[in-house]
Amino acid sequence: MSQQAEKREARSSRNALRSYLGAYGFMAPAGVLVVVFFLIPVAIILYLSVTNLASSNFTSNLAAMEYIGLRNYETLLNDQFARKIFFNTIFYVLFTLSIFNVSLALIVSLLTTHIDRGAGFVFRALWILPRITSPVVYILIWKRMMAEAPFGILNQFNNWLGMPTYNYIATNPWVFVVVVNGFIGLSFGMIIFTSAIESIPKDLLNASLVDGSSKLQRIRYVILPLIRWPLLFVFTYQTLSLLTSFVEIQLLTDGGPGLYRTEVWSLTAYHRALSNYFGNAQWGYGSAFAVLLVLIGVVLAVIYMRVFRFDELVAEPRVETL
Amino acid sequence: MKVTIDNLTKKFGDVVGVEDLTLHIDDGEFVAFLGPSGCGKTTTLLTLAGIYRPTDGEIRFGERIVNQVQPKDRNIGMVFQSYALYPHMTVFQNIAYPLKLKRVAKNIQHERVQQVANVMGIGNLLDRRPGQLSGGQQQRVALGRALVKEPDILLFDEPLSNLDARLRLTMRGEIKHLQKDLGITSIYVTHDQVEAMTMADRIAVMNGGHLQAFDSPDELYSRPKTLFVAGFVGNPPMNFVSVDVSGSNGSYIAEADSLRLEVGQERGGPPAGYDGAVVMGIRPEDIQISENGNVSGEIFIVEPLGREDLIDVRVGPHSFLLLENTESQRQSGERVNLKFDMQKAQFFDPQTEKSLLWQ
Ligand SMILES: Nc1ncnc2c1ncn2[C@@H]1O[C@H](COP(=O)(O)OP(=O)(O)O)[C@@H](O)[C@H]1O
Ligand SMILES: [Mg+2]
Repeated sequence: MSQQAEKREARSSRNALRSYLGAYGFMAPAGVLVVVFFLIPVAIILYLSVTNLASSNFTSNLAAMEYIGLRNYETLLNDQFARKIFFNTIFYVLFTLSIFNVSLALIVSLLTTHIDRGAGFVFRALWILPRITSPVVYILIWKRMMAEAPFGILNQFNNWLGMPTYNYIATNPWVFVVVVNGFIGLSFGMIIFTSAIESIPKDLLNASLVDGSSKLQRIRYVILPLIRWPLLFVFTYQTLSLLTSFVEIQLLTDGGPGLYRTEVWSLTAYHRALSNYFGNAQWGYGSAFAVLLVLIGVVLAVIYMRVFRFDELVAEPRVETL
Repeated sequence: MKVTIDNLTKKFGDVVGVEDLTLHIDDGEFVAFLGPSGCGKTTTLLTLAGIYRPTDGEIRFGERIVNQVQPKDRNIGMVFQSYALYPHMTVFQNIAYPLKLKRVAKNIQHERVQQVANVMGIGNLLDRRPGQLSGGQQQRVALGRALVKEPDILLFDEPLSNLDARLRLTMRGEIKHLQKDLGITSIYVTHDQVEAMTMADRIAVMNGGHLQAFDSPDELYSRPKTLFVAGFVGNPPMNFVSVDVSGSNGSYIAEADSLRLEVGQERGGPPAGYDGAVVMGIRPEDIQISENGNVSGEIFIVEPLGREDLIDVRVGPHSFLLLENTESQRQSGERVNLKFDMQKAQFFDPQTEKSLLWQ
């Protein structure tokens, strides 16, 4: 190799290094956020889950906490309600996701993009209201609507019509847990799907009609295949966010009525670790629940990425070097 | 199939797409819609395709009124400027799509797609996706998809404007040839007058949502009925100058400042009868630099076009474009005499912008 070529090589590898530094520089803010708000809390919770920290033996000194190995996990697996809570969680995620967050979101965005633009916008704006209302207010509205007579609005009508009154949320807690969450979850998919549909070139949509499709056939053969990526994204993202969401359930039923009727995994973690439900907040035991939830989330995310082949859907960047 | 458009109007709220358009297109005819951008060509085409409902007026295919007919029931093939190929389908699936929607049997689909693809010269690309094709190949796929269902009417919306100049020339010939071969009534939208002139049997010139003229290329060129048509058709464009025409008995003079041109009875009579100045138009090829020309001017600029030079000659305050053989090696600043072929001059009413010669 001539001297010049060597020099050139050295310079180009220096350039490569510099451009990598640039790339990492741009990713740094996001990276810092992930480390501070995800990795470090996960590490702390992992540690807490192998201690018996509770309000009775509280200390903020990590070294002073009592190490008890996997005892919390043993207790959890032998907990007679853990199984019920686990299946509750699957039921909650599956139904809310499939009925509302994906299917109805898709239907609402298809309907509102096939009608007059202004009207479509108004309907979508209405569907966003549950999401932008504070959860406490939103749940209060539901509770007021459904409450037992003489407080509930729906039961007022039943009274007038001479029909029996019900405590709706107590008699059908799952229906309300799914519907209340679904009304919030729907708007996320709706926004993503709508923008995906509206960004399909008009010529393509017109071409399909001229080629002989009905509007329904056009949805099936052209629109749905073209929004496949947003569909899979919403499916994945919403599974994970439903797994960890519990605020609305806590406010609506707090896991009841009765023992663990609508309790989900993330709510249990909260109940054990952070609420005085049993007179004693068990941080160590609650952390064990949280750790398992993180584990399930990570495993699901990896499975989704494999099954849906996200790497194929994401285009190679056009910019090679910065 | 015959296409009859009567008093068609399409508005988007207050915006006029096209207004009061009346056109009768014969079976098997190749008609071009020519006009500048935004004049309503695409609107008209999409209304014919059934994508837009007419605000007013009537469209008939053959004897059948189609105002309320869905696009899928019109048996139309359409080619878009953007090609509009379905990116998630292979070339085969793209071309087969209209057949699939018609529930044509699978084996017949295969046969027909292969046949059309061979005609279009893309038989070896059937497994590719549109993203893996060049612009010209995509255009052929789009054409194949429009043809495969054996449409009664073909609609083209500026199908060649995204191609490079060379390919455009080739495709121009191929489309025209194919259309004559198949005898399918075709409407071809373009803003490129060369395309319209070379391909169409008749050209509908549009401007601002209104039909300006509907005639054969020849007629439009030699007998333009409006000032707009005269200026829009022809490249380089016609020269215009405001003149006074006077005289009588077969001998007339068109005058503007120092410019004095003799006109015969046929062309000079009508403008002479007009009270006031009229607009005279004369095409570049009807002006020659000649020693015995009676108008003297000075060459302002010479633009070599290869085969010819485009020369801008100033006569007093007026400017005339003309074409001359490159061999004469004209230089700017040179003084020359011009000879006008006044048998070819056009005259227009400056108020109505209508021709004073042809109605
Ligand atoms: N969907 C639409 N909504 C509102 N205005 C439109 C629409 N389509 C076309 N127009 C208007 O109608 C006029 C004609 O447009 P178009 O037919 O696309 O012109 P061209 O194809 O000749 O360039 C333009 O003024 C355009 O802005
Ligand atoms: Mg157009």
